[in-house]
Amino acid sequence: MRSEPIAPAPPIFAVSGLTKVYRTGDVEVRALNGVDLTLEAGEMTVMLGPSGSGKSTLLNIVGGLDRPTEGSVKFRGMELSGASDRQLTAFRRDHVGFVFQFYNLIPSLTAWENVALITEVAANPMAPGDALALVGLESRMSHFPAQLSGGEQQRVAIARAIAKRPDVLLCDEPTGALDSATGIIVLEALARVNEETGATTAIITHNAGIRKIAHRVFSFLDGRIASCEVNETRVKPSEVSW
Amino acid sequence: MISLSMLDRKLVRDLARLWAQSLAIALVMACGVMTLILAMGATRALEDTRAAFYDRTRFGDVFATATRAPESLKAEIAAIDGVSAVETRIVNPVILEITGMAEPATGMLISIPDHGEPAVNRLYLRSGRLPEPGRPDEAAIIEAFAEAHGFQPGDSFGVLINGRKRQLTVTGITLSPEYVYAIGPGDMVPDQKRFGVIHMHRAVLEGAYDMKGAFNNVSLTLSRNADKDEVMARLDSLLKPHGGTGAYDRKDHMSDAFLDTELTQLRGMAQVIPPIFLFISAFLVNMILSRLIALEREQIGLLKAVGYSNLTIAWHYAKLTLMISIVGVAIGAVAGTWLGQGMAALYGEFYSFPFLVFSQKPDLYAISMLVTFAAALAGAANAISGAVRLPPAVAMRPPAPTGYHSLFSGSSQGFRLPFSQLTIMALRHLVRWPLRTALTTLGTALPVALLITSLFAFDSVDHMIDTVWFRADRQDATLTFAAQASEDAIRDVSRLPGVMAAEPFRAEAATLRHGHRSRTIQILASDPDTDISRVLDRKFGAIRLPPAGLLLSDRLAEHLGLKPGDQVEVELSDGQGRRVLVPLVGLTNSYVGLTAHMSREALDRLSGQGVRISGARVLVDDSRLRELYDEVKRTPAIASVALQGVSRERFQAVIEENIGISITIYVSLAVIITFGVIYNSARIQLSERARELASLRVFGFTNAEVSRVLLTELGVMVVLAQPLGWLIGRGFAELVAKGFESDLFRIPLIINPPTYAVSSLVVLGAALVSALIVRRRVDRLDLIRVLKTRD
Repeated sequence: MRSEPIAPAPPIFAVSGLTKVYRTGDVEVRALNGVDLTLEAGEMTVMLGPSGSGKSTLLNIVGGLDRPTEGSVKFRGMELSGASDRQLTAFRRDHVGFVFQFYNLIPSLTAWENVALITEVAANPMAPGDALALVGLESRMSHFPAQLSGGEQQRVAIARAIAKRPDVLLCDEPTGALDSATGIIVLEALARVNEETGATTAIITHNAGIRKIAHRVFSFLDGRIASCEVNETRVKPSEVSW
Repeated sequence: MISLSMLDRKLVRDLARLWAQSLAIALVMACGVMTLILAMGATRALEDTRAAFYDRTRFGDVFATATRAPESLKAEIAAIDGVSAVETRIVNPVILEITGMAEPATGMLISIPDHGEPAVNRLYLRSGRLPEPGRPDEAAIIEAFAEAHGFQPGDSFGVLINGRKRQLTVTGITLSPEYVYAIGPGDMVPDQKRFGVIHMHRAVLEGAYDMKGAFNNVSLTLSRNADKDEVMARLDSLLKPHGGTGAYDRKDHMSDAFLDTELTQLRGMAQVIPPIFLFISAFLVNMILSRLIALEREQIGLLKAVGYSNLTIAWHYAKLTLMISIVGVAIGAVAGTWLGQGMAALYGEFYSFPFLVFSQKPDLYAISMLVTFAAALAGAANAISGAVRLPPAVAMRPPAPTGYHSLFSGSSQGFRLPFSQLTIMALRHLVRWPLRTALTTLGTALPVALLITSLFAFDSVDHMIDTVWFRADRQDATLTFAAQASEDAIRDVSRLPGVMAAEPFRAEAATLRHGHRSRTIQILASDPDTDISRVLDRKFGAIRLPPAGLLLSDRLAEHLGLKPGDQVEVELSDGQGRRVLVPLVGLTNSYVGLTAHMSREALDRLSGQGVRISGARVLVDDSRLRELYDEVKRTPAIASVALQGVSRERFQAVIEENIGISITIYVSLAVIITFGVIYNSARIQLSERARELASLRVFGFTNAEVSRVLLTELGVMVVLAQPLGWLIGRGFAELVAKGFESDLFRIPLIINPPTYAVSSLVVLGAALVSALIVRRRVDRLDLIRVLKTRD
């Protein structure tokens, strides 16, 4: 496992002064309040914080699902904050892999087909079978989501996310719906993918136990980054517990 | 302010939220209610009015004509067991001369007793008075004819009675039960301007036609338990020596038969169309309610957990169903009443009744409401019972994930169908809910069928016009002589102004018998190489009339149980009683009436009276029509003239107007059903798959790609619905054509490819618009919210 970030390369993401304000009627919620950060190529980060601290909002904006109220998000120098719907769709399609707490698999497609769904429209994908093998599911390819356990479903979601060889893999509470043993298997899959594909990986969690597997850890509080720590020595997911 | 229970508030808000889907269902229900009220209301209006009018005017039960029967026969007819009243009359067709009208009109002169009212077929006096005895130039005329010409009591017009022109003064405007639907000779639809019924005193007509102490027409009413067939047989035997042409009853009476056809059509409409709409609305209610209950599963669990009874919850959803139904019934009742009044007004134009009121009795509305409620609740039952059966603890947990079958892909390694994963998603969803897919497909097929059922009339009528007027009876006019003439008369006809060609014909009433079956009809005889008016075989080819033997229309042959090669016994109604066996040499095609054809030579031989002709069919130079009309009106030897060209134009005009109205109605109905089915289907799909579709958007699929999943699924059902719709439509059309079939006429079942195409295009168009309305919602999917929630 690499222990140092790759220094000379420019950052994948450069976020500065990012603010997001939600308005519902007269109520104004400041979900992000001036966030600055960079994500480097190939690094694995963990974003920690209680619910409502702004980490998911940041991930949505970085992933091209939402737009900031103020501030700038640059992906390899390209400004995302002013991009059109069409440009954001293309950005997600070409560069981002998502993993969610509730997997978001298509129930009418098998594991293999859920991955193929994405590889069919990707420019330079790996074979769906290879992606599934990477997460240890080569024997479950023709199963439907309803026939898979939660952990298996999440690994299919990871295979689906990485099969297009994304530049960045965004995971929102990937272990949130899983018990700890299954959660560790999923984290191992993520670490392995990060290692083997070099995709910049960001994992959102409110589970502090996970922090040790990352290169860097950002802690969120009230829409700001309260701290950023660098793990000089990372641990393997199997050594994590919660 | 009314205070609603909390559940009722939820109900009101649910309805407000589901307004578009609810309205789409309510509109489908409204169509059912509307057609039910319209068809049943019109049926009742016609049935009740007809019964009352017939009763009041003592419309006959049995009718017969003769050439000349002595009045003394009347007592013998009255003595037949079962006869309650007899009226003998003199009835003759005449040519009318009306100022300002070039073409000759035809009139039917009918005698009324010199004193007192007729015992049978009384007149209903609209205005003025009946003619007074001793005033030979007074006449009462029927209302439709009077209105067409603006005649009022005191006005006058010319008529050629037995060759002599007389000026008649109108004394009164009447309605007759015999001419509720007044069709002139050679016409297929009423032409009020060219056909009039004129009632004059018996004494006047006896003098004019040299019929003192004689009659040529008789009508009977029967007592309640009379054996009608027996009466008709006895009447036939009494009239036979006097040229009797065979008794017939009401169902073969032209005017009543047309009324019956209309009633058959209305009853068919009441029986077929409302159930289609009710079935579809039941299905739609089921679809929307099942989805609502699935979405509210956890709410239902909670309600049960806090102590709401199953009954309360069932009633809550039943109320939602009933609210939608009430809106549907209300819209349908208003539309049905409004259209019903329009329909009654339309009937007013075609049928001469003293009154015709569209029935608006409350029971009709009550029935419509009850059947609609019943259909809606039947549709809701399954969904509601699902809600009732849910144990509260289970309800509060999310439902088990939906299992699918690995159709459309094969194994991940082996053979694969060339479908993208997006297409496979759509197809698997279709197969996962086969009943719903089948019903949605059927629901989309039914409007296609409905359109074919209404549009096919265009094709059939076109075909009829082509067959009747362009292949068979191609003459511009048919002249019928006052009395049969020698063959020389054809030369006189040829010399009439404007006549370019003339062909003679002979017509003889005759009774045909085969075994115990018999029919009295008219045998029409022409020259073998007749070209103006031709006899068509069943493949619409012209037949050269054989030198011997008889050709019958297939329906007549069927009545008599005859097939080509059989011998049929023919007895001409000339009073001689001679019976001759004649071979049936072929079957012919006929859409109007029961027909029998022979060559003139054969009929002349059969009659034993030498060569006689009854009239001529002529082709006329259009530019000299006026001269011909003038000449015909001055020619006593010509008793009547039927103008085929004018008949055809009138027929086309009437049919096109009627078809125009019905097409507007049916296209609207079809569009409403399609919208109801497709819009609801798409909304349900979108609701069920919002999470999947939003996920696809998150993964970088465009709105167009995501919509494709939705549209593929709808598209497959809509496309499958087309051939199914054609098939059902053809079946319906066949039923309609069968329903119309009578001895008087039949409608051929002709459905041309453009009819299938147009029906499909209307439904495809409506489906596309409905789907695109829902498609816009894909653009508004909330991508972030679905990622944070479970299914």
